Amino acid sequence: MSVLVDDDSRVIVQGITGGEGKFHTEQMIEYGTNVVAGAVPGKGGQEVAGVPVYDTVAEAAEEENADTSVVFVPPAFAGDACFEALGVDALDLVVTITEGIPTQDVSRVYRRLQETDAYLIGPNCPGVITPGEAKLGILPGNIFEAGRVGLVSRSGTLTYQVVDSLTQRGIGQSTAIGIGGDPIIGTSFVEALALFEQDSKTDAVVMCGEIGGEDEEEAAAYIDEYMTTPVAGFIAGRTAPPGKRMGHAGAIVSGSGTGTAQSKIDALESAGVPVGDTPEEVVDNVEDLL
Amino acid sequence: MRLHEYQAKQVFADAGIPTPASGLAATVDEAVAAAEEIGYPVAIKAQVHVGGRGKAGGIKLVEDETEAREAAEDILGMDLKGYTVERVLVEEAVDFVNELYVGVTMDRGEGKPVAMVSTRGGVNIEEVAEEDPDAIAREHIDPAFGMHPYQARKVVYDAGVDREIASDVASILTTLYQLWDDRDGSDAEINPLMVTGDDEVIAADAVFNVDEDALFRQPELQEMEEEGEFAENELERKADEYGFDYVRLSGNVGIIGNGAGLVMTTLDLVDHYGGTPANFLDVGGGAKADRIANALDMVFSDENVDSVVFNIFGGITRGDEVAKGINQALEQFDEIPKPVVVRLAGTNWEEGMEILNEDLVTVEKTLEDAVQRAVEYADDVADEEVKQ
Repeated sequence: MSVLVDDDSRVIVQGITGGEGKFHTEQMIEYGTNVVAGAVPGKGGQEVAGVPVYDTVAEAAEEENADTSVVFVPPAFAGDACFEALGVDALDLVVTITEGIPTQDVSRVYRRLQETDAYLIGPNCPGVITPGEAKLGILPGNIFEAGRVGLVSRSGTLTYQVVDSLTQRGIGQSTAIGIGGDPIIGTSFVEALALFEQDSKTDAVVMCGEIGGEDEEEAAAYIDEYMTTPVAGFIAGRTAPPGKRMGHAGAIVSGSGTGTAQSKIDALESAGVPVGDTPEEVVDNVEDLL
Repeated sequence: MRLHEYQAKQVFADAGIPTPASGLAATVDEAVAAAEEIGYPVAIKAQVHVGGRGKAGGIKLVEDETEAREAAEDILGMDLKGYTVERVLVEEAVDFVNELYVGVTMDRGEGKPVAMVSTRGGVNIEEVAEEDPDAIAREHIDPAFGMHPYQARKVVYDAGVDREIASDVASILTTLYQLWDDRDGSDAEINPLMVTGDDEVIAADAVFNVDEDALFRQPELQEMEEEGEFAENELERKADEYGFDYVRLSGNVGIIGNGAGLVMTTLDLVDHYGGTPANFLDVGGGAKADRIANALDMVFSDENVDSVVFNIFGGITRGDEVAKGINQALEQFDEIPKPVVVRLAGTNWEEGMEILNEDLVTVEKTLEDAVQRAVEYADDVADEEVKQ
C-alpha cells in the first residue's frame, strides 16, 4: 500500500480541455499515471492526449471505472467542479489544483465533504505523488525518487526544495502530499499524518508548515498522542509581520498573534518533532531519524 | 480587500443597518460644510486603512466650526503610519450609554462562518478575545443553510445583551450575516454598535473586508476598491499593477522567488544568516521573461534594497524563461544598480544557466549559499554607505 495514489489509481481530469489541464494531463501520463478520462461540460466525445472526454464526471467515472479526479477548472467554476466530483460515490479521492477559489465556495465544498467518505486534497495545491508509480497534479516528477520518507506540505515550491535535497542525499520518498495554502482545505496535516502513520512503506515523515491558522499546532498534538512514525518539521514565515498576507491566502498571522511561526515551532518541538532552521537542516534531521 | 469606513457604512446603510448621518470630505471647506449640515457635535475621521486611528490622532470630536476647521486641517494630509490622509468622514456624534460588538467572519479551523456578539464593544476586540474569550459569544453557521433566525437570537442572548435591545441587535446581526454571505465578505464587523439612552442601536464604525478571490462576481465592490485606491504605498500599488504578491518590509535584502512557502523560507534564511529582508515578492507559477523583468524592476525601485536574491525552484516555472527575464532586466543598465544573486533549480534549470548572462549576476547552486552571498553583498553596501 502507498498513500492515496498508486499504479492502480484510475484518474479523471476535470478541465482537461483547458491549457493547464491539457499540459499537465500529458505530464501525468508521461510520468506513468493512469489517466482514463477527461470531464468537461459540452466537450463530451472529444479526445485529449489520447484520453476520452465526457460531459459529466458521473459518466466519465462509470464508463472508465475511475476512482480519482484531478480538478484543473478555473476558480469561478472550481467549487461546482468539486461538488460534482464529490457527488460521485465511486471517486474516493479528489485533488483540486485550482488557486483562487472564493473562500465561501470552499466552505460549502468542505461542508459537503463531511458527508462523504472521499478525501479532498487542496484546493490551491501542487497535488500528490507516489514516486515511480503515479502523480496527480503539477509536481515536477523528475526531482522525486521512490523511497520510504513521506512528505506533507502547505506549499508547492517549498516541497520541491525539500524533496530535491532529500533526493540528492539519496533519501527517496514514499508519497508527497501538497495539502494547499488556502485558509480552508479538504485534508489537514492531521489527516495526512494519519495516512502515513498507517502506511507500512513510510518510515519517517517530513511536515512543512507555514504561518496562519492552527493546523500545525493540531498536528503537533496528534503526533504527540498517536504517532509512532518519526516526524521532522519545518515552518516557513518566521520573519512575516502580523496582518500581512504572505502570498497564500491562508498564510497570515492575525493581529492578535495567533498563527505565528514561533507557536507552531514550539508546539512541534514539545511533541518531540525536530524543527529545522533551514531546509538542509530538515534533511539532516531526517537522516538522524531514519 | 478592505473597504474604507465610509464605503462599508454605505453598504451597511443600504442594507438597512442604522448608521449615523455623515458626509465625505476631501478639503477643509467640504468638511466644515458637512459638519454644518449634520449639526454639531461631529466626529472627523481619517479614511485610511490603519488600525488605532483614534490613538494616532486621526479621529477628533468637535463642537463648533472653529474646532471643525482646525481638526480637518490637522487630519487632512497627515501621515498615519505611512498612509497620507486624503479624505475624512464627517459624522454625527452619537450620544451613547453602551457599546457592543457584532461581527461575522470565517472560522478557518472549522471551515465555516461564525457570528459573534459581545457587550465589550468600542475596544480592540482581538485584545478582548485574548484576555477574556468568554466575553465574546459565538455561534457557528452551517454554510449549507445560512444563519437561522434562532441562531442570531441565541448568540445575542448568550452575550448578555439587554433584553430591551436584543431583538434589534439580532436583526442587525441577521442583516450583517446576509451581507457577508451575499457580498463574499471575509470579515464584517460593527465595533462599536452604539446603544443610546432611548434604546436605539446605531453602527458607529463599520468594517467590511471582501474576499479578493471573489471580486470577479462583486462588480460594485470592485468599483469601490478602485475608488478607494488613493495615495497608499507606492511600491505596493506598483505590485498590484504587475499582479505580484508583494509585501514591503524594512530591511535591505531584496527577495524574489516563486511560490509563497519558498519565498517565506528565503526571507527566513536571510534573517537566519544575519541579514534583514526588504520584501516578500512571489512571482507566482509559470512566470514568463517579462514578468521576471518586472519583478526585478519592482525590487530595484525600493530605495532600501542593497542587494537582491533571486531564488526560483521551477515546477511550472521554467528556468530558461527566468534567465531570459533576468538578462532582459539587467542588460538595459550600463551599470547594475544593485548586486543580484541568482539560484535556479527545477524545470529547465540547465537551459536557464546556459542563457543567463553571468557577467551581470552572481550564481549560486544552493538556496543557502545564495542567501548568504546576498546578505554579504548587502552588508558591503551598507558599510560603504557608513564610510561615506
